[in-house]
Parts: sequence; structure tokens; C-alpha cells
Amino acid sequence: MIEPPLVSPDTLSAAYRLLAEAAYRPISGGTDVLVALSGGLGAPPERLLDLWRLDELRGIALDGDALIFGALTTYAEIRRSAVCRDLLPAFVEAAATIGAAQIQNRGTLGGNIANASPAGDMLPVLLATDAVIVAGSVRGERSIPAASFWTGYRQTALAGDEIVVRIRIPLVADRQVRFRKIGTRRAQAISKVVIALSWVSAAPAEPWRSVRLGLGSVAERPIRATATEAFLEGRLPTSDTANTASVRVAAEIEPINDVRSTADYRRAVTGRVLYRLIREAGDW
Amino acid sequence: MSVQFTVNEEPVELDVPGIRRLLDVLREDLGLTGTKEGCGEGECGACTVLLDGAVVDSCLVPIAQVDGHAVRTVEGLAPRRPDARNPATPDNLNLLQRAFLETGGAQCGICTPGMLMAGEAFLASGQAPTDPAIREAIAGNLCRCTGYTKIIEAIALAAARREAPG
Ligand SMILES: Cc1cc2nc3c(=O)[nH]c(=O)nc-3n(C[C@H](O)[C@H](O)[C@H](O)COP(=O)(O)OP(=O)(O)OC[C@H]3O[C@@H](n4cnc5c(N)ncnc54)[C@H](O)[C@@H]3O)c2cc1C
Ligand code: FES
Ligand code: FES
Repeated sequence: MIEPPLVSPDTLSAAYRLLAEAAYRPISGGTDVLVALSGGLGAPPERLLDLWRLDELRGIALDGDALIFGALTTYAEIRRSAVCRDLLPAFVEAAATIGAAQIQNRGTLGGNIANASPAGDMLPVLLATDAVIVAGSVRGERSIPAASFWTGYRQTALAGDEIVVRIRIPLVADRQVRFRKIGTRRAQAISKVVIALSWVSAAPAEPWRSVRLGLGSVAERPIRATATEAFLEGRLPTSDTANTASVRVAAEIEPINDVRSTADYRRAVTGRVLYRLIREAGDW
Repeated sequence: MSVQFTVNEEPVELDVPGIRRLLDVLREDLGLTGTKEGCGEGECGACTVLLDGAVVDSCLVPIAQVDGHAVRTVEGLAPRRPDARNPATPDNLNLLQRAFLETGGAQCGICTPGMLMAGEAFLASGQAPTDPAIREAIAGNLCRCTGYTKIIEAIALAAARREAPG
């Protein structure tokens, strides 16, 4: 394996200074970076910046009406977090579907976000919960809404010298969040389709508001199905709603054929999973 | 980059490129070839070791991130490291290794070091040894020989013996 030089700064400000001086590829848990390096996928980076020692990027905390995750938060930490299990169980569910224990102990939320794979499993949940991604550099910090973070195939809104420092997920009263991942097996599977749906409604008989539908593996980047969201807005989870929504979402997405699945399968499954999520919510 | 850590409680100090894989450091720099390389990309778990007690794929961990931490490999399981004078007899193995022998949990053996480490982490977690819990604990470890049943039996047997020693 090619072994590019690597530096491991101890403080965030030292990391920012290095990033401002030269082009470094950040490395957090390394579960994507090492696969690419040892598999010779793409041109190897000239230099690596190891973020693992930056304790400033760790921890899960409740801050008023939001949950804050340091970029280095691992899936294992999300699964263990009592506050996350209490306040955002769908996020814990999503973390539990990533890889297997070995990957969950090292892979980080910041790495999943910056890696910007259309199949990144946490990304639809971030879209469905109006998450804000906080990027940092020598110039300071800025907040980027998840909805504008992934700009194209493996492209993000990060500048070359910026890193993800934390993620802020607003907690909304009466919001429901649902997550489903369709893969080949339960562990170690890259998604064929991944869906996160959220809505606000105080009681089962109340129409849905603030509907968000985040989807992965159905386009060149993680997306929100905004036309389907608009259809669901103000509706009740009836069988008519479910039928029409499943047809709409299948028409709205632009999946591709690849080694993991076909476009037809992805359309059919996305529609069907959305149908089931609405049926479960409507309890019919 | 100079790194210091422990392997099976022995201190190690090395000067190696910080990106070098823990797997290569173990096998090449330290001569600990018990840990195996299967896929080299995090899929198979053959390279599983414990880092501060948690399972990791050593093919995905850069050595810079091991600095100051504790590694446990399959060589650290047996109470006495087998050599010419102390062969790997059942007496010379730990509880989980003996259980693998008894149930037939190892065939060709390429997955076994990783399976043992995943099994050790499971035993240490103190979870009840139900079938789904054991399956989840070894979900990141592939075996092409045993069909998994004997491995699951081995881990369950070790868990039961751990509960009721003697
Ligand atoms: C066997 C296996 C199974 C997997 N299963 C899944 C799965 O089920 N679902 C899934 O979504 N993913 C999966 N992955 C992919 C991977 O584990 C995740 O994307 C993980 O979250 C990456 O995090 P990391 O910290 O390891 O990232 P790294 O490999 O360290 O980095 C990934 C990318 O992000 C950049 N980066 C990292 N941190 C930052 C930061 N803070 N700021 C800016 N850039 C940064 C790096 O430069 C790199 O380009 C799997 C990987 C493997 C090897
Ligand atoms: S060799 Fe590391 S997971 Fe296969
Ligand atoms: S014993 Fe051969 S792969 Fe498991």
C-alpha cells in the first residue's frame, strides 16, 4: 500500500493551520480512506491529516432544542448514547445498520457526511431532520443546511481547507422520524435504497406538517424528494395517501443500474417502502 | 512517526509511517502473524483485533491512531504462548479457544483469529449469549467453511462456562 505522509495534530487550531497551508486529505476513522488507499482507488492523496486526536470533535450533547454530535462521533457511540436513544431513536436505528461492529467502532458521522457517497446511510436521516452541518477552517465556522451540503456525485459544499466539526439536529415537538434501509443482508451491506421520513403531527387524526423525505442510493447524491413531500403536506396517512405517494416518489427519483441493484428495483422498492411507512403510521 | 502502544500488554515503540495499517505493523514489523489478512478492505473481519477492548479491522486502522492505546491479538489469548516446548494443547489455550476446538468451530482456520477476537469482545461485554446477540457480534466476520453454527456454539459454550466456572 502507498503510504503518504500523515500528520496527527493535537488541537483543532493546529489542524486548521495545516489545512490552510497545503492540500491534506482528512482522515477520521479511516474506514473509507484506508479502503481507497489500499485498493488503489483513485489518485492517492499527497498528504493526510489525522483528525482522530481532536477531542474537540467528540461527544454527543443536548443543547437547548438540538442534539449536537461532534464530527468524530462513532456509530458505536451513537448506539450507546442514552440521550440519542431517547430523543432521536431513528438515528440510533440508522447507526445500527452501518457495517458491523468493527466498522461501527471506528467509522464516524463526520466521515460519512464528508465522504458524500449517495449510499451514505446517515445522510437521508440528516436530510429528514433538517440537520445543520458546521464546517470549520482558519476563517472560523459556518453552518450549512444538510439540504444544500451534497452538491453532486461525491461533491460537497466544503471548501478545500474546511472540515466538518459538528452536526446540529434540531429537536421538534411532535415530530416522528422513520428510517428504513434495504440491503442484501443485515450487516456489511451497502444500501440498495435508504429512506428517512419525518413529519410533525400532535395526534394520529391530525394532518401531517413539515414532511421531509430523505433518500439515498436513488440519485447521484442523497436527496430530498420535495415533490412527494409537497404532496404529503397537510394529508392524513390513509391508504389513498400511501398509494399516491408511492407512485409519486417512484416517478420523482432517478436511480441507476449498478452492481448492487437496478433502477427498476430501486423505484419499486422506494415506492413500496414509503407506502409501508405511511401504512404503519396510519395503523391500518 | 514515532508511536508507542502495547500489544498483549507488552510495550512497543516503533518509528513507522503514520498511515501504515495496524495489520502490517503487527505482521511485518512485529512478526505477529496470527492476525490474518483476507480482503484488506473491512469486509471479512479476518484481521480483527481488539483496540482498547473494542473490535476493529486492523486493515483499516492507521498506526498513528494506535499511539498510546492497547492492542490485543490472537497471540494474547492463550495463557502461555505456544512454542516448541509448550505446544498448543487444550491446556495451553484459553476458555474460548478450547470451546472452538471442542465444537469444531475452526476448519481451515483463516477466519479463526478474527472470530476469536470478536468472540472475546462478546464475552467481555457480558451480554446474554443468545443466538441473535452472538450473530450480531460476529456479523463482521466471514467464514467460508463452518457455516457459522459451530462458531456460534463455541461462543455460547464459552459464555456458559464463564458463568459457571469449574
Ligand atoms: C466493510 C464496510 C462497511 C461499511 N458499511 C457502511 C454502511 O452500511 N453504510 C454507510 O453509510 N457506510 C458504510 N461504510 C462506509 C464508511 O464506514 C462510512 O462512510 C463511515 O462513516 C466513514 O467514516 P470514517 O470516519 O471512517 O471516514 P474516513 O475514511 O476517515 O473519511 C471518509 C472521507 O471523509 C473525509 N473526512 C473524514 N472526516 C472528515 C471531517 N471531519 N471533515 C471533512 N472531511 C472529512 C475524508 O477525507 C474522506 O474523504 C462501510 C465501510 C466498510 C469498509
Ligand atoms: S482483511 Fe481486514 S476486514 Fe478483511
Ligand atoms: S474456518 Fe475456514 S473460513 Fe472459517
